[in-house]
Amino acid sequence: MTARVRWVTRVIGGAALVTTALTVWLGLWVTPPAKVMGTLARLLYLHPPIAWVALYCAFGLAALSSVLYLWRRTRSLFWDRLGASAVEVGVVFTALTLVTGSLWGRPTWGVWWTWTARLTSTALLLVLFLGYLALRRVPADPDVRARRCAVAALVAFVDVPIVAFSVDWWQTLHQRGTVLNPGLTLKVHGSMAWTMGLGFLAMTLVFVWMVLVRYRVELLADRIGDEELEVSLSERWAEGATVADAAVPLALPDAVPGAPTGRGAAVGPVPEPLGGRR
Amino acid sequence: MDLAVHFRTAVALAGRFPALSGVDLDVAAGEVLAVLGPNGAGKTSLLRACAGLVPVTSGEAVVLGCDLRKDRTLVRRRVGLLGHAPSLYDELTALENVRFAVRATGAGTDRVGPALDRLGLAGRLRRTPAARMSAGQRRRTALAVLVARGPELWLLDEPHAGLDADARAIVGSLVEEAASSGAAVVLTSHEPDLAVPLADRVAVMSGGRVAEERAGGRGAAATERVLVALSQDDVDVA
Amino acid sequence: MWRDALLVAGKDVRIELRSRVALWQVLPFAVLVLVLFGFALGPGPAALRAAAPGLYWLAVLFSTVLATQRSVAIESGEGTRDGLRLSGIDPAGVFLGKAAAVAIQLVAVQVLLGAGIVVLFDVHLQTWWLAIAASVLATVGLSAAGVLYGALSAGLRVRETLLPLLVLPIVAPVLIAGSRAWSAAVSGAVASGASWLKILGPFAAVYLAVGIALYGPLQETA
Repeated sequence: MTARVRWVTRVIGGAALVTTALTVWLGLWVTPPAKVMGTLARLLYLHPPIAWVALYCAFGLAALSSVLYLWRRTRSLFWDRLGASAVEVGVVFTALTLVTGSLWGRPTWGVWWTWTARLTSTALLLVLFLGYLALRRVPADPDVRARRCAVAALVAFVDVPIVAFSVDWWQTLHQRGTVLNPGLTLKVHGSMAWTMGLGFLAMTLVFVWMVLVRYRVELLADRIGDEELEVSLSERWAEGATVADAAVPLALPDAVPGAPTGRGAAVGPVPEPLGGRR
Repeated sequence: MDLAVHFRTAVALAGRFPALSGVDLDVAAGEVLAVLGPNGAGKTSLLRACAGLVPVTSGEAVVLGCDLRKDRTLVRRRVGLLGHAPSLYDELTALENVRFAVRATGAGTDRVGPALDRLGLAGRLRRTPAARMSAGQRRRTALAVLVARGPELWLLDEPHAGLDADARAIVGSLVEEAASSGAAVVLTSHEPDLAVPLADRVAVMSGGRVAEERAGGRGAAATERVLVALSQDDVDVA
Repeated sequence: MWRDALLVAGKDVRIELRSRVALWQVLPFAVLVLVLFGFALGPGPAALRAAAPGLYWLAVLFSTVLATQRSVAIESGEGTRDGLRLSGIDPAGVFLGKAAAVAIQLVAVQVLLGAGIVVLFDVHLQTWWLAIAASVLATVGLSAAGVLYGALSAGLRVRETLLPLLVLPIVAPVLIAGSRAWSAAVSGAVASGASWLKILGPFAAVYLAVGIALYGPLQETA
């Protein structure tokens, strides 16, 4: 990764830190308590942004990278690493979505958990992508693992709308999109709207930063693997050379015409392990 | 001369291990190549790479005119691989196994019967599930699949292993027939005195590449000469 | 593709008939699940009757995992897996064939389970066609999703533990929609029940399509 990318990562990280701190400050001290829900409403500055990152940014990105990996023309381990990073961060955000939702639900509805559409499909999503991470931990050739994981992510992603839809048909008592209710003007006003908007920005920045960092870790791990591979390749190549050098080439009278004779293979440079694959 | 196999500094990975570390190899149509070498030299990987099962990650690899680095699935229907583990379904009989394998390639099943006969699988043996066969019988059944399919490139991984004298003789004549019909044959072996007499050429693998190549020897005298030459070279052939 | 599918399905079914794993392990297991649920819920007939559709579908889901494991195990040996790839069979054909073989087993399981809830839980289906339609669509979806994930975990040493973790959340919509549809079939509420087919249908279609498209790349992973 070039120095510029690292610099960008740092800037985004800094911006994420600042916006998050600002959100916390605005959310806890500046904005007034809400009319009905009182100080509980302050959770709204974080919960929807976290859910937005988990459900749309993370898994959208994962699905997109999976498609691009599986498509022959754009196949590159770049997409695999990106997808894996997105899922991993997404799992954390999904878990946070459930936790913050639960914290909200307990005082509001009097229960930690209700079997509503949103909660249930979010929980199922979490399990689906935990499966992805489990699959990813199974040791395999990078190419093989990438393929497997891309399919798993894609299948899981396809499942999400079906899950959401089917659970939605269950009787639901969850509040429907308070902010993005079509046809209504924003119900949240003034400083609260600002704070919530900032929350979205902050969480998105945190997400981007985490993915970038996670990507870098993944890249470095791959690079170590590649270096090890180069070493083992040249070792193996040399193993063949010792045998060939020990051999005295004999000029056989009945050499097959057209066939390469002798030990042409013994000389020449050690080949590239992954010619142009990455 | 048509080349059935053309490898140039071909590298193939088994996980993170370079099973092939830069193979240079040409096999002409109608030619029989015996591949010798110690365990772990890359013989099996070479065959699997030729069959398009193991991806070649660098170098050139063209088999039967198909560039394996572009698409390694195209060549599969046209090669026949006899692997260490015969590709048989335990619950199916010899007849059913061969019939399935032949139908799967889209070929007609009229050659199934003669192929089984050829390998000495007749009568009750044909109706025995593979699970209850001996190792030798399973190998014979796997060979019958190849005979019935008639591939353009035969890839035989230690075809002599676990076979009785009778079956070894059959292997020998099958190889000869395949070559004379214009197919190329690549066979590996740990027993040079069995493999070399069948071969037009002998390649010795070591460290995942072809370290040594010899014109081979059909016929006793030529075989003797190659074996002596190889032993003088102090090449580890088995 | 269809010819290949037929060939592969025929092979898998034949192997299943010979090995009798479905007959002696999967079917008894499905019934066992029903009986165990009976124990868990107590002998009150009302509670059992109310829970029956859900229990039925849960048993079907568990059986799907078993049948899928079996389907993968057929090609678990290195030789047979290579054989299938070398034969040049269209991967989509392999997928459809294996899914069809699993589907046939699931039909057998469901016939037995259907009889099971009638006998054990005293359930009476009012609307037969609804229950059957739901079962057919669900069977297609379950076997497609199962075989797809089976291929995903094929050749892995952790297959047995990984497969349920991957498959069960994916097929959760089938559990929901199937149970609701069957509840409706029991109570005779056709209109509300039929709407659940709108989930089972697309589920089946989506996983068939995904399987046909992605089985090829997956086959190369083992």
